[in-house]
Amino acid sequence: MTLPDATGHFGPYGGRFVPEALVAALDELGEAHRTSQQDPDFVAELDRLLTTYAGRPTPLTDARRLSEHVGGARVLLKREDLAHTGSHKINNVLGQALLTKRMGKKRVIAETGAGQHGVATATAAALFGFDCTVYMGEEDTRRQALNVARMRLLGAEVVPVSTGTKTLKDATNEAFRDWVANVETTHYAIGSVVGPHPFPAMVRDFQRIIGVEARQQCLDLVGRLPDAVVACVGGGSNAMGIFHAFLPDADVALIGCEAGGDGVDTGRHAAPLTAGSPGVLHGARSYLMQDEDGQTQTTTSISAGLDYPGVGPEHAYLRDSGRAHYRGVTDADAMAALEVLAKKEGILCAIESAHAVAGAFQWLSEQAESSDRVVVVSCSGRGDKDVDTAARWFGLVTAEEVAEAELVRAHEGEQP
Amino acid sequence: MLAMVEGGVDAIEVGVPYSDPGMDGPVIQVAVDAALRGGSRVAHVFDAVREVSPRVPTVVMGYWNPMEKYGPARFAVDLKAAGGSGAITPDLIPEEAQPWVDAAYAQELAPVFLVAPSSTDERIATVGRTNRGFVYATAVMGVTGARSAVGSRAEELVARVRAQTDLPVGVGLGISNGEQAAQVAGFADAVIVGAALVAALRDGGPARVRQLTEDLAAGVRR
Ligand SMILES: Cc1ncc(COP(=O)(O)O)c(C=O)c1O
Repeated sequence: MTLPDATGHFGPYGGRFVPEALVAALDELGEAHRTSQQDPDFVAELDRLLTTYAGRPTPLTDARRLSEHVGGARVLLKREDLAHTGSHKINNVLGQALLTKRMGKKRVIAETGAGQHGVATATAAALFGFDCTVYMGEEDTRRQALNVARMRLLGAEVVPVSTGTKTLKDATNEAFRDWVANVETTHYAIGSVVGPHPFPAMVRDFQRIIGVEARQQCLDLVGRLPDAVVACVGGGSNAMGIFHAFLPDADVALIGCEAGGDGVDTGRHAAPLTAGSPGVLHGARSYLMQDEDGQTQTTTSISAGLDYPGVGPEHAYLRDSGRAHYRGVTDADAMAALEVLAKKEGILCAIESAHAVAGAFQWLSEQAESSDRVVVVSCSGRGDKDVDTAARWFGLVTAEEVAEAELVRAHEGEQP
Repeated sequence: MLAMVEGGVDAIEVGVPYSDPGMDGPVIQVAVDAALRGGSRVAHVFDAVREVSPRVPTVVMGYWNPMEKYGPARFAVDLKAAGGSGAITPDLIPEEAQPWVDAAYAQELAPVFLVAPSSTDERIATVGRTNRGFVYATAVMGVTGARSAVGSRAEELVARVRAQTDLPVGVGLGISNGEQAAQVAGFADAVIVGAALVAALRDGGPARVRQLTEDLAAGVRR
């Protein structure tokens, strides 16, 4: 059976928990998505953009020094960090931009946490000539100031959101509010496999390419399928994208790494599949972090892109069915993995992706005999945006140096 | 709420504070954040309903996750026991609402779903069949909060609802003064005001709420 069903359910998860005003737009979007998949012109145009604009296929890198480091297991990195704009987010956004055009809309809005989805959306909006507004939690605009500047350079309006927890969850609320009010002219390009039907299925379909490529590349390189595929899970789009082609391969373990923050047992984390419970948030039923009254709980993670209390409904389904396994990876473990990857392979990955690298290390260490194992890790994004955070974490710069550098930058940036 | 009763409301809608009120604009979001910080719990809504329902009919307005977490059947039983008449569920559509509809019917409470200018006639008919009490028609495409003008599509929407159901039609979203209330009362059966009253409470306490209610009530009866 292919999921979701006709009403957008993955078993008990998914569906539509939305204001009535959005139902017509969701129906229109579902219809546009369905017909576009069968339209050879659409498929060819998306393929052309992915190839000539986004730089697909992305390579599968044989990380030899990393393999040595983990005792011989073969670690293969799916390099979404090399895609245009620096993460997998571009795959989804190019697909949704084509759909926006197909529906005759001229404005796109988006929510963003780390800023990668916002940057990807701003990029596609520039390419297609759309107006673009990106909602970003005020706290994240500070954590990811570089990406705010990138979006503005690309011509997008960035709106800092100061309600609630001032992070991705509240940016998503704000984007939904904009959408309800402007739905006739505006497409909400949601950034992950979350939200009401058809978003989870549609975003997955646009991200599937990651796994389709990785599966074939692994076969070509190693001559067999991997033992495990590991990805980080915020909303879950890079994970769903790389998992999907492997779902029928029952011997391939699928491992999703949520943000463990200070540790899943401390309560300060963003790991709903590992430590949350089923409920409804942002239009769909899935696992989420909530208190006994069903109020959404605040999350903690060093990674803005994983700092989200919900997760896509298909992951909830895969968790319950046992086809995929989820674990929390702490800030400390993720940052340690980021450093190892940088020093062993010369790849500075996003902090989000570092959770997957750390999860792969953990999974390998749990195997009785790991040296002949093959693991594919989703390197979902590059780490340029995280250099400030990493420099502080590792104490590579002192607080005074940061302040001084910012002063110098401020002076240099002044108009003569 | 007593100020509203004194000011002349015909019914009261009591909101259940929820951390992520997607149908609400900044006024109600800020109020909800404050209520939750102040320790407001879902069960407190029944205390409020118990307080005012002897004076005017009372419905609650609740986002789905807190209601589901409380348990649809338990929520319905407790609401009924408190004297409530029904519940408006702004992020629930009939397709996903079977557990709540069953629970509400079992307690003879009114489930109230919304219709919007973008709703098809078919969907309006479904809401008309499922609702008890009344149909909530949103005057504009958007979220709660005062607007300078009543949406021009409200009247047309009310006419489309009347073609599908005999239930009374209440119109809400953006109505903030007697003038607008009078205009809406010209074509609808009820005028629903939320954010403007919350803002009045914020700015001038119960006295301002009473004043605004009097203005609105006079508008409706004009
Ligand atoms: C590089 C990178 N990886 C992963 C994520 C998490 O999103 P998802 O779980 O949808 O892949 C983000 C989100 O901002 C990101 O920027």
